[in-house]
Amino acid sequence: MSRYPQVLFQNRKLKRINTLEEYCQSGGYQALADVLREYTPQGVCAAVQEAGLRGRGGAGFPAAKKWESVPADGAFPRFLVANSDEMEPGTFKDRVLIHAEPHTIIEGIAIAAYTIQASKAFIFVRPNYEGSAAILEREIKRAEEAGYLGRRILGSDFSLEIIVHLSGGRYICGEGTALLNALMGKRPNPIKPPPYPTVKGLWDRPTVVNNIETLANVPHIIRNGPDWFKGLSLVEKSPGTKLFCVSGKVKSPGCFELPMGTPLREIIEEHAGGLLEGSEFKACLPGGASTRFLIPEQLDVRMDFDSMGEIGHRMGTGAIIVFDQKTCLVGATLNLIQFFARESCGWCTPCREGLPYLRDLLWRIENGEGKEEYIPTIRSMCKDMWNSFCALAPGAASPVESLLTYFEDEVHEHIVQRKCPFQ
Amino acid sequence: MLPAEIKETLLQRIAHAIHPREQAIDVMTIMQSHYGYMSDEAMEEAGGLLDMTPLELEELATFYNFIYRRPVGRYVLHICDSTVCWMNGHESLLQHLCTLLQVEMGGTSPDGLFTLLPVCCLGYCDHSPAMIINQVIYGDLTREKIDSVIHKLREQAHAS
Ligand SMILES: Cc1cc2nc3c(=O)[nH]c(=O)nc-3n(C[C@H](O)[C@H](O)[C@H](O)COP(=O)(O)O)c2cc1C
Ligand code: SF4
Ligand code: FES
Repeated sequence: MSRYPQVLFQNRKLKRINTLEEYCQSGGYQALADVLREYTPQGVCAAVQEAGLRGRGGAGFPAAKKWESVPADGAFPRFLVANSDEMEPGTFKDRVLIHAEPHTIIEGIAIAAYTIQASKAFIFVRPNYEGSAAILEREIKRAEEAGYLGRRILGSDFSLEIIVHLSGGRYICGEGTALLNALMGKRPNPIKPPPYPTVKGLWDRPTVVNNIETLANVPHIIRNGPDWFKGLSLVEKSPGTKLFCVSGKVKSPGCFELPMGTPLREIIEEHAGGLLEGSEFKACLPGGASTRFLIPEQLDVRMDFDSMGEIGHRMGTGAIIVFDQKTCLVGATLNLIQFFARESCGWCTPCREGLPYLRDLLWRIENGEGKEEYIPTIRSMCKDMWNSFCALAPGAASPVESLLTYFEDEVHEHIVQRKCPFQ
Repeated sequence: MLPAEIKETLLQRIAHAIHPREQAIDVMTIMQSHYGYMSDEAMEEAGGLLDMTPLELEELATFYNFIYRRPVGRYVLHICDSTVCWMNGHESLLQHLCTLLQVEMGGTSPDGLFTLLPVCCLGYCDHSPAMIINQVIYGDLTREKIDSVIHKLREQAHAS
């Protein structure tokens, strides 16, 4: 058991979900009932604002601020989208959360939908999570039967339908605006704001997109209050807990609910059981494939949006991928860029043309055909990725750029030895 | 032609949607599980149901990893080649699979049973290396585990 308070995982069981009855016994759906009885939408926003809830989808954007940006006179119907696309390599927290406590997600969606006055919500689920989608569909039905969803919820004026949408599978569909195109049955290219989706989203109506972990926190904030939520965190500016995924060369890979601001070293060495026998920590990607490599000297950093920002890194999704001294980081970066090049939606030139070019240069270096002059080219191309249409390409550049920053010697070794020194 | 009951399910879904094309992925997925893959004829049929031109639908079909526009085997193996699986021995497992099934990446085994395709991170990095076969995840893969999975699927196929 964790020595920290468990919120989202308080009822996590080994092999099954926490049922609707069990959820209700531990106070579930009480927040929704309170909200519908006593809160105005502004009141919910104020509580969530006060709690300081920040988006868990990667960027840490304040949830209440996003909800407030739906114009008061915005058209109806409005929509809420719960994002569980989760195709960023290393990330699997949404799956674990759905399999642990689906009703806290459903209750969170209902409260957030009430706040923006949406009558329809979509849960966007990646393929291969068919099991998760089935759980959600079944539990949504149960919640409807119990009166927590559907028409005139708990006797109020508020009605909500939740639809589970199973994606056809492409990483870019997780990007908020591409996701909207995907839901509308259009080719999922991102859309550049403004107008923001909160003004003009699905079928030109106000639409809020939130990660499902963000939404799952909402009932707990309403139930226990903003101060309690702030107290869960070890740092000031990122309140609450966070679901951290650890994978790679550790003894106990898994998903752990820990306070925001837990030191990275503690997460890896304690919660994930430390490195495998015979492995030493060489580097990690702290927040999924689109974050920068972090080195041993930085292991004491706290895992929250601001502490990571202060040392020039991003917490991203909190998915920590651990590499050991026997793993070639040029090879790892080549693999990462291969992923991004394949998953690029092809809409804009820097990404569509640039990523395969970067992959080609890295491939040559890894396979003994590298030249010194490739290094400055790679560096400048990483900068060019910021000219792209959406955040996929700059994300793709992050591991590459940090490889050159922290492991330039390893890159040189490949070039000088004309082979991968790890093979 | 689709059996009447499948067609009915599809029409119901479409009727329930705000706009028909919103159901494009669901319709193609359901049709694909009936036909095995989305042939040109199936695309036309789907376009008719969704009020989309075959070209509009093609834009989607070719975009997504799990819509097949070419014939596939009875079992479609997608093996994860993203970072965590890569560092946990994806390459040697892939070679093993290719030998075992007598296929190259992207191909279908001579007996028509297995198609081998790559896929990016399956969201099971805590059980890496991982693969998915017809919506069933297999994690913590070793050569032995792969052998036994393939063996079982072959038996299953021959039994039916
Ligand atoms: C390429 C790309 C992929 C993304 N994938 C996801 C995803 O799978 N899940 C997610 O919640 N957010 C993802 N995001 C972030 C979303 O655009 C969006 O910021 C997020 O869903 C907002 O939710 P939040 O405010 O609750 O964090 C992705 C962004 C990019 C650029
Ligand atoms: S950066 Fe890449 S994924 Fe984003 S719009 Fe451009 S091509 Fe598409
Ligand atoms: S990298 Fe293979 S399952 Fe995540």
